[in-house]
Amino acid sequence: MLSAPRRRERLLALIVLAALLFTPPLVLVSDRALAISWLPLYLFIAWGLVIGLAAWLMESPTIRKPPEE
Amino acid sequence: MRSEVVVLSVAFGYLALLFLIAAWGDRRAEQGRSLIGSPNVYALSIAVYCTAWTFYGSVGRAAQFGPSFLLIYLGPTLAMLMAPFLIRKMVRIASAQRITSIADFISARYGKSSSLGALVALIALIGITPYIALQLKAITVTHAVLVNYPDAGDLRLANEPFWLDKSFWVALVLAVFIILFGTRHLDASERHEGMVAAIAFESLVKLVAFLSVGIFTVFVLFQGPGDLFARVAATPALASRLGLDAVPGGTTGWVGMLVLALLAFFSLPRQFQVLVVENVDERHMARASWLFPLYLLAINLFVIPIAMAGLLLMGDADPDRFVLTLPLSASLEGLPLLVFIGGLSAATSMVIVETIALSTMVSNQLIMPLLLRTRRLHRSASGELAGWLLGIRRVAIVLILLMGYLYHALVGDAYSLVTIGLVSFAAACQFAPAMLLGMYWRGAHRRGATLGLIAGTLVWAWTLLIPGFAQSGWLDDAFLELGPFGIDWLRPYALFGLEDWDIYTHSLLWSLSANLGLLVGVSLFSRQSPLEQTQAALFTEALHPNLLETSLWHGQTTRGELRSLLDRYLGTGTTARVFADIEPRERDAEQPATPAQIARAEQALSGALGNASARVLINSVVRGEALDLESILSILDTTSETLEINRRLEQKSSELAQASEELRAANERLRELDRLKDEFVAMVSHELRTPLTSIRAFAEILRDSSDLPDEKRVHFLDVVVKESQRLSRLIEEILDLARLESGRLTLNPQHLDLVALARHSIDAVHHMQADRGVTLEVAIELEKAPVVGDPDRLEQVIINLLDNAGKFASGDDAKVRLSLLPHKRHYQLMVEDNGPGIGEEERERVFEKFHQIQDPEQAPDKRHGRPRGSGLGLPISRGIVAHLGGRLWAEKAPNLGGACLIMELPEAPPDTAEPG
Repeated sequence: MLSAPRRRERLLALIVLAALLFTPPLVLVSDRALAISWLPLYLFIAWGLVIGLAAWLMESPTIRKPPEE
Repeated sequence: MRSEVVVLSVAFGYLALLFLIAAWGDRRAEQGRSLIGSPNVYALSIAVYCTAWTFYGSVGRAAQFGPSFLLIYLGPTLAMLMAPFLIRKMVRIASAQRITSIADFISARYGKSSSLGALVALIALIGITPYIALQLKAITVTHAVLVNYPDAGDLRLANEPFWLDKSFWVALVLAVFIILFGTRHLDASERHEGMVAAIAFESLVKLVAFLSVGIFTVFVLFQGPGDLFARVAATPALASRLGLDAVPGGTTGWVGMLVLALLAFFSLPRQFQVLVVENVDERHMARASWLFPLYLLAINLFVIPIAMAGLLLMGDADPDRFVLTLPLSASLEGLPLLVFIGGLSAATSMVIVETIALSTMVSNQLIMPLLLRTRRLHRSASGELAGWLLGIRRVAIVLILLMGYLYHALVGDAYSLVTIGLVSFAAACQFAPAMLLGMYWRGAHRRGATLGLIAGTLVWAWTLLIPGFAQSGWLDDAFLELGPFGIDWLRPYALFGLEDWDIYTHSLLWSLSANLGLLVGVSLFSRQSPLEQTQAALFTEALHPNLLETSLWHGQTTRGELRSLLDRYLGTGTTARVFADIEPRERDAEQPATPAQIARAEQALSGALGNASARVLINSVVRGEALDLESILSILDTTSETLEINRRLEQKSSELAQASEELRAANERLRELDRLKDEFVAMVSHELRTPLTSIRAFAEILRDSSDLPDEKRVHFLDVVVKESQRLSRLIEEILDLARLESGRLTLNPQHLDLVALARHSIDAVHHMQADRGVTLEVAIELEKAPVVGDPDRLEQVIINLLDNAGKFASGDDAKVRLSLLPHKRHYQLMVEDNGPGIGEEERERVFEKFHQIQDPEQAPDKRHGRPRGSGLGLPISRGIVAHLGGRLWAEKAPNLGGACLIMELPEAPPDTAEPG
């Protein structure tokens, strides 16, 4: 069970992580010209990772607060 | 199978299916069994983001610019992660204020300004029409490719009259669809359930179609991804296209494109429509925040393989068409048709939602405010205006589609698909500062927002739109290279000499800088009207749990007037619904309307006409200060301050708890002192009584027995004298103690030699100690020990210590040892004995008043020759030493093993040591 403020904190951290993964300089690291660039593969893996984390975070049950009046 | 007839019947059959789904969705909504009440449908409806531009254009962009096409989807992924914060707030605001479009949203935030709403609607119309044109163009082109393959499609397209252009007819069918399912209700803030159901279905179709082409390409045309990429790696020209080098603008271009997509996702009118207006339940946000990005990932999975395969197999052909030409080149029949339907679904879903959003803006923000100014409208009959409003919206739909079609027909092939899309994105981005900042910064001002929007849009037009026209051949494109009138720093693609940037990042930088700069700058120097202040507070505090439900209206009007206003604009049916809960007997037209009724009437009007117009109308019938703004603002400020106050209260209460704890401790201490005082009084009485009793007893014996032998009489008199001495000594001690404790003890400090004083004291007690059989050892190696002190008092202390030690020294060789040592600019006088010693826990208690050491083995008073002390000697000694700046404490004796009492006094300052 996850409390709502904790979930908010984790989501914020995830947003920061995603922003870092999707922008230079992290993007540059994978841009190695071997036979072909690894950049697209890296992007898809990072993207999938972010989506997986988001799904895990958003679908885990939270402690429901009593309905707001 | 690709004959004209088949393609047309499949395409229009597909459109007919959309009608069926939408009709079914609306039927279910009427029955109360909503089709779209699921987070999955919500996520699929957001996928209206993926237009024909995604479907065909991504491959084209990947073929030219490598992985940069992914940024268009990574931006929204970031945006959707923020949905639980940002979009949830937008949904709250929209449902509370009955927002109908992004123009309405911005207008409502900045004080229900109708001019700002009109401006946003106008910019959206200019910026988005090309985007609609792009969708229609995609339909025309792909239809031509499909029918004419392997001939190029373009040859015939240019000469075709419009009634042979399929996209013209598709546009017409869509117009009918949108009119049927998009304008069912007058209230535009109500959800279009049928339409959303159709959109969600279309999202599935385009995904399936694209994945089919991808799988076909990778696994049929090639032997899996390994084979495909091995061949790409073997072709150096292709291999280099997958890296960052292929991205226009390099890393800045990369970041710019990401920001562009992120902002556009929030501010495109169709995204606002599906994300905010059509949202059924804000809890759907959680699922959509990852499911929609997953959809984007899935639809992009095969873009690079298809682009690479196309480049390998088709060479120089137009990469925007690879999705269609790859299966066509393999002489397939069914798959190209599926692809065409996929592209059609992508295009039509975008056109449908965008047109609804734009037509609502046009009717509510552009046309209604104009109509409201004409007097004639106010005199029209009941319900007539409701018909008018829907009519306006329907005409707007047809006109918008027609404009899109004209743009497509006129601009033609000047731009590739992706280029038009990005130009529209950059236009939509201009809404982002006013919208997003307005949700978090209360101070954002209407004038700042207006000027920012105008400036940003002008910069956008100069850096993207006009150069686009020039490249289409409508203008002389010399100014692109040389600047207008030869002004170098005004070149559209290198404003202020900023060379070599990707044109979109370049445009975004300058337009957003101007936009944001003016918004913030002007707001900082402007004063908000009360209405704008209220709206700003309602927007920024929207997530506050108990935001006011209180009614905002305090003006006066009658129910009759309110009812006839609603009748005229919304029709009798809606009016009856709005006032449904009023009891029939209360339906007296002359009764004043309650604030809640006025608020409800305004909400109903807002949903149909937009916030700005609704306010104008309500103001026309409500007299007096319509809105008690001061009190609303104070309520809002109260709610926003509640948290702060709570925090402070918590702090205060913890301080209070601490204070009461201290108080309790002080009270405890006082009780203890009180108890000690009582004990002291009891002890003193007891101590005084003992010698008194014995004096009295012996005196009585002497009085009553005259025949006592002389030696007995002398002994008794001796006892009386001794006891009297003891009594007076005791009283002296008690007085000393009282003086010490009250601070009235008068000391006479002077320079003295502790060595001499110690020897003097030893001489004084030597005789008495010898009587007790105690050996006195003296270990003083110092010549002189200068200290400052009262010699009489100090001698009293030393004698007391020696006396005490003598009492406790035990055994046949009872010993007391006195030593004097220098210690760190102090002198320590140590008196030890070889007695039982003082237990660790007793060492401080011996300094308490009347404390008597209890010796378990040998009760001291039983031992012959050991007189009991008063128990005041040590406390008095400690008090005196403390007054002289020294310390007195007990330790274990280092030499004799019994108790050891140490007096420490500071060394006297040398200069005054010898005053003479």
